[in-house]
Amino acid sequence: MQTTSDEVLISRIAGGDRLAMQVLYARHHVRVYRFVLRLVRNEATAEDLISEVFLDIWRQAGKFEGRSAASTWMLSIARFKALSALRRRPEEELDEETAEQIEDHADDPETALAKKDKGSALRQCLAKLSADHREIIDLVYYHEKSVEEVAEIVGIPEATVKTRMFYARKKLSELLKEQGIDRGWP
Amino acid sequence: MNAMKQEAPERQEIEELLPWHAAGTLSRRDAQRVEEALTRDPELARRYALVRDELGETIHLNETLGAPSARALEKLFANIDAEPARRQASLNLGSRMSEFFASLTPRTLALASGAAALAILVQAGFIAGVMLNETKIGGYQTASAPTITDAGTFALIRFAPQASADEVTKFLESNKLSIASGPTAGGLYKVRIAVTGIPKAELARIVKKLQEDKVVGFIATTD
Repeated sequence: MQTTSDEVLISRIAGGDRLAMQVLYARHHVRVYRFVLRLVRNEATAEDLISEVFLDIWRQAGKFEGRSAASTWMLSIARFKALSALRRRPEEELDEETAEQIEDHADDPETALAKKDKGSALRQCLAKLSADHREIIDLVYYHEKSVEEVAEIVGIPEATVKTRMFYARKKLSELLKEQGIDRGWP
Repeated sequence: MNAMKQEAPERQEIEELLPWHAAGTLSRRDAQRVEEALTRDPELARRYALVRDELGETIHLNETLGAPSARALEKLFANIDAEPARRQASLNLGSRMSEFFASLTPRTLALASGAAALAILVQAGFIAGVMLNETKIGGYQTASAPTITDAGTFALIRFAPQASADEVTKFLESNKLSIASGPTAGGLYKVRIAVTGIPKAELARIVKKLQEDKVVGFIATTD
């Protein structure tokens, strides 16, 4: 079975094809939503942003040149929207989030149980990473983006992509160590 | 000691690639480099296992994040409806080409490429044959009827089988072309593009433009 490529869908969207827009949305909205949610950490905000991201895709479809994968282009738009939303977010909300993160370090019964499960401990630590580190880990592991594509989405040189990923993983190991799990690296 | 010093940066370089190797997004060349390093370096292989754990748990974490409600889609289309009406533009040539190629199955595409390659080979052979024949010395030539192919810039053309005589005539007139010789056994005509020599780049541009005409089945420059 064959499916219409994203590039073809985008060219149809540029011509005002609403059905093509629905297909593209159905194909990508979940992943784009998760990418945005991991950055803004608020479901309502992420849901609002998803509409904005796809509205931008509708508006900018005519400018898409197909030099990069459509998903890379869409994630770049999503990232820009998420960062703009974070800049608009009131400071007290950010403080609350910071407080939640600090509390997360406390050794409550749930965390203690999690320590026994390496997998869930790893997931907890992944959630505690800084926005920059969360972003790069998600792009590489979940969104399957190459070094070049991450560089394009984040707007940093390829060498920086590699070192940022390395330090994100290093930080992950440190967080795991705080939870009593020593991976023997770095 | 020196060997260790030399190996360390390479290991660091390979180690930085491990996440992309686990995700399968490295180029074939880099993936091979990493594979080779993993087989000869047990410590690197141990670290690769950590990377694979991270990959699995990152996917797990993201997959538990849920999805946006239908409200997001409704809001999107409400916003699209509020946008100024967009002209339903016809797709440009590039888009039509991508649609066409996207519609081909890999098998069809492979067969088409094979056929195209064969057609090019046959044409190349044919043109070479024609040119060799033309350069042959000897044979009968009338002294009183010199060919008009002596000077100028020329191209070899085969007209499309479905082109009518009227269309061919109009094509020649509108492009100020004249037939210098032909047809050969393969249906090729030698047409004069200009009465003088013209630069190669200019000639290539003209030939490309002529190729786009539906009357032309094949065209190539010739001396």
